[in-house]
Amino acid sequence: MLDGIDLNVPAGSIFSLLGPNGAGKTTTVNVLTTLMKADGGTVRVAGHDVATETRAVRAAIGVTGQFAAVDELLTGQENLRLMADLKRVGSGERVVAELLERFDLVESAQKPASTYSGGMRRKLDLAMTLVGKPRIIFLDEPTTGLDPRSRRTMWEIIRELVADGVTIFLTTQYLEEADQLADRVAVLDQGRLVAQGTPDDLKRQVPGSHVRLRFATAAELDAAARVLTDATRDDEALALRVPGDGGTKSLRALLDRLDEHAISADEFSVHTPDLDDVFLALTGHGTEVTAK
Amino acid sequence: MSAKSHSMVMLRRNFKHITRNPTSVFNAVLMPLVIMLMFVYMFGDAFNVGVDYIDYATPGLMLLAVCYGLGATATSVNSDMTKGIINRFKAMDVSRGAVLVGHVVASVLTNLIAIGALVGVAFLLGFNPSASSLDWLGVVGIVLLLGIAAGWLTVALGLAAKSPETAGLAAVPLVMLPFFSSAIVPADKMGPGLRQFAEYQPFTPIIETLRGLLNGAPDTGDTITAVAWCIGIALVGYLWARSTFNKRA
Repeated sequence: MLDGIDLNVPAGSIFSLLGPNGAGKTTTVNVLTTLMKADGGTVRVAGHDVATETRAVRAAIGVTGQFAAVDELLTGQENLRLMADLKRVGSGERVVAELLERFDLVESAQKPASTYSGGMRRKLDLAMTLVGKPRIIFLDEPTTGLDPRSRRTMWEIIRELVADGVTIFLTTQYLEEADQLADRVAVLDQGRLVAQGTPDDLKRQVPGSHVRLRFATAAELDAAARVLTDATRDDEALALRVPGDGGTKSLRALLDRLDEHAISADEFSVHTPDLDDVFLALTGHGTEVTAK
Repeated sequence: MSAKSHSMVMLRRNFKHITRNPTSVFNAVLMPLVIMLMFVYMFGDAFNVGVDYIDYATPGLMLLAVCYGLGATATSVNSDMTKGIINRFKAMDVSRGAVLVGHVVASVLTNLIAIGALVGVAFLLGFNPSASSLDWLGVVGIVLLLGIAAGWLTVALGLAAKSPETAGLAAVPLVMLPFFSSAIVPADKMGPGLRQFAEYQPFTPIIETLRGLLNGAPDTGDTITAVAWCIGIALVGYLWARSTFNKRA
């Protein structure tokens, strides 16, 4: 399922494992969270070896799986209380009350979780994971199936966690999510890592970064097109699309050339590809393709 | 100590489940009562078993009461497995198996409630056992042993099943088995094939042991066979459950 994955996540950051369905994201999380044993290699989580110091790893982590794992017959409050009892949190009652408050679940705290909406379940699930203040949190597709509003709420919560110094390992199939949240992203495709870096690093690895210049008149456009021979014209919009690597050097060179020929553009914008383009370029197929 | 307190937390959870899921209580407690009333009032006079039918049928119905609780156990274990709750516990520093122990203990306690209700109603219907207090202790012991054995086997079935629906279905043979034993009618009154099956299946010696104890005349051979079956089933169920629990992620 997985093939030679090498990851390194610095403490206090958000790391995102990105890939389509079936790429092996959940398997990776299962190995990192002691649910599955790897066939080979070493995994250290919070400084502890997953194979030999399993209990220490479990005590340090919090895991929110792909499906909201809440006890439907218990109320929201009882679900949190269950976690507090299992983790032997000293002042369980207070911790539960705080989490209900923080996740905006006070009103429905006494209702069984089976009556909760999808977004509320995810919130309760994450709140349960936070009982006992784990320093490392694994979130396996935390926003899959959520409506855009609930997704934004989830993102806010995740950002707050990191602000408190928590390390987050997040899997997602949404490129936007990785782009929004992650300090570093690894792209997983059919069990292999195909790229790793900051979201911006990844975007830069992909051709397609370009500068767009828009001119006031057709005459200026003609003049610019004569100077910038590798540009693509868009006559209708009076614009030129100039390929570049997105770096400042090539940008300065471009501006210098325009200056030399006394050409000025009305509008100037730099376009970097989004992670969708990255995925396509790195794997040769889009994110829609289901691996395996 | 830690495993014990984790199991207690899990057991509390299982109790809340029972109080919030009346269907499971209905199946476990009321169904055996309904069946008892049906057999004793409707069919009882039609069977010639040599003794008062209520005295004959009560031990078998006690076994039936254990089995009727199992469907709910299988379903609830399976929904813990398939809804990711077991994975949540597994990724925590919680003693292995506490969640399963919680299910087994809850299942056994449901059995005891059901059997308590059943025996209570049996007395109202004229049940007249001649068991000494020591015999009664033996009855409780056998019932507990059976409950634990059936509980572990059912937990294993629940863990291995693909969905709560198939888990409920997997427990059906356990519910049917008492009907093909000496619970309702003596095995020697059944047709060929079925008779041999009834004689050699595990529930018959267990029922005969209970019957013997309640008559104040326990049969040693039956008792040993019954205890051996229970321990065997418990062991198979426990090992199967443990390996499925560890493997399935």
